[in-house]
Amino acid sequence: MNTKVNIAGVELKNPITVASGTFGSGMEYDEFVDLNLLGAVTTKGVANVPWPGNPTPRIAETYGGMMNAIGLQNPGIDTFVERDIPFLKTKDTKIIVNVCGKSTEDYLEVVERLADTDIDLMEINVSCPNVKEGGIAFGQDPKALYDITKAIKAKAKQPIIMKLSPNVTDITEMAKAAEAAGTDALSLINTLTGMKIDVNRRTFAVANKTAGVSGPAIKPIAVRMVYQVANAVKLPIIGMGGVMTAEDALEFIMAGASAVAVGTANFHNPYATVEIIKGIEDYMKKNNVNDINELIGCVK
Amino acid sequence: MGKIKMTANIIRQEMIGIDIFSMIIQAKEIAVQAKPGQFVDLYSADGSKLLPRPISLCEIDREEGTLRLVYRIAGKGTAEFSKLTSEHTIDVLGPLGNGFNLEDGKAILIGGGIGIPPMLQLAKELKCEKSIVLGYRDEEFLSEEFKPYGEVYKSSDNGAIGVKGTVMDAIKEYGIEGTHIYACGPTPMLRAIQKYALENGIRAQLSLEERMACGVGACLACVCKSKEVDHHSNVNNKRVCKDGPVFYAEEVEL
Repeated sequence: MNTKVNIAGVELKNPITVASGTFGSGMEYDEFVDLNLLGAVTTKGVANVPWPGNPTPRIAETYGGMMNAIGLQNPGIDTFVERDIPFLKTKDTKIIVNVCGKSTEDYLEVVERLADTDIDLMEINVSCPNVKEGGIAFGQDPKALYDITKAIKAKAKQPIIMKLSPNVTDITEMAKAAEAAGTDALSLINTLTGMKIDVNRRTFAVANKTAGVSGPAIKPIAVRMVYQVANAVKLPIIGMGGVMTAEDALEFIMAGASAVAVGTANFHNPYATVEIIKGIEDYMKKNNVNDINELIGCVK
Repeated sequence: MGKIKMTANIIRQEMIGIDIFSMIIQAKEIAVQAKPGQFVDLYSADGSKLLPRPISLCEIDREEGTLRLVYRIAGKGTAEFSKLTSEHTIDVLGPLGNGFNLEDGKAILIGGGIGIPPMLQLAKELKCEKSIVLGYRDEEFLSEEFKPYGEVYKSSDNGAIGVKGTVMDAIKEYGIEGTHIYACGPTPMLRAIQKYALENGIRAQLSLEERMACGVGACLACVCKSKEVDHHSNVNNKRVCKDGPVFYAEEVEL
């Protein structure tokens, strides 16, 4: 039985990784799950310099999901290279580093710093709804997305994955722009911009006013977008958005994702990733699937 | 051992005040390693409520392997927990956070509202001389249980219980003195205690509250402002769930 999948020439032992921002760099979940079992660890976004993030409260719960506006708090690439990469290198898993920035130069600085490191893939966050500059600005305009993808691809030593925002009218346009600019893969979806009002305090539930909605409440939207993008471009896709169970992950795979990221589920169940991997294997056994690749995009 | 998520049997649950519940759960693997000031995450059985609810440890019985959790109904999750009985189980993750450092000296334990419960286990474990100050809104709970461990002083918003005013008013009114403060309660209370402690050279440990998601230090939702650049974050943010919830008065900005 083969569970290996390929993302832009990088072989993952199984299709399960984590969604950036929900898992740190893996250290905090190391005591719950054997990180060696994961196809890849996708890190929290890292910028060229430390970012303090947004004021609190940074999160709120919604029905069947949550919303966050952490604001990409991160320790900066120097600390990340010294501390987080060496930690992940002690594990037998692939390393996907999520890169964020406020300007093209910021992104390029991180990408160039990562060039000399032993990581496997870079995921470029051009879709964070919670930072005012950069982030989403690149992810909602096909021309801007094309330009930044092209600029990053020119400097990148590792394959790049552009992470797309669902907060657009037609996500396939964005996917096509990134493909035309030479991205190696895509990941989708980032969170959906939402708002929650605390009626007792008569103010916004999250200090940033708007926040990104994640969790099973958004899963059908994410599956639909993965399906649309898989049918619009020829790139491998990492699908994500509300994956709680193996069945959820299989939905994404059948819609066209080569790998699947588990995000909010980690907060509900710190063992979620390994339980999902086991569940996929059980499904394959039960249904006589010899190769997980048979399932990728099998629903047309 | 380390943090563990498990399904715990509920031994019993009772209401001890308006919307305030005391639940005892069997969770040996967590209890044997738990310290006063730490907390656990409780999970709803209903998939529409995904995020765990952080609840402080009121009492730890390491021999029986039980934990006592005293909490107030604050929303749909805690409302669900309040209906559980010994017929039910509950999913629990812990022990979480750093807990209090037990130090020598003359201690003042200060609990405000639903910050009172964690002071009980601390009162049991602190062997030094101690004064216990409990601040209430308008309804008294748990105060009798503190009596074996030290002199208990009280305050309430309307004056129905002890001194009218805050815990700081009670400290002044009764002339309570000490070298070490341990406190848990609402932020305005902690802010007043922090100021008092720093001005008077009293060592103070403050247990903070912030909305949390993961509970283990990964998601960076529950940060507080730190005076110095934090070694983990590289910015002036500490994680309440992992670096805290207990901080020394001089470490944080409230």
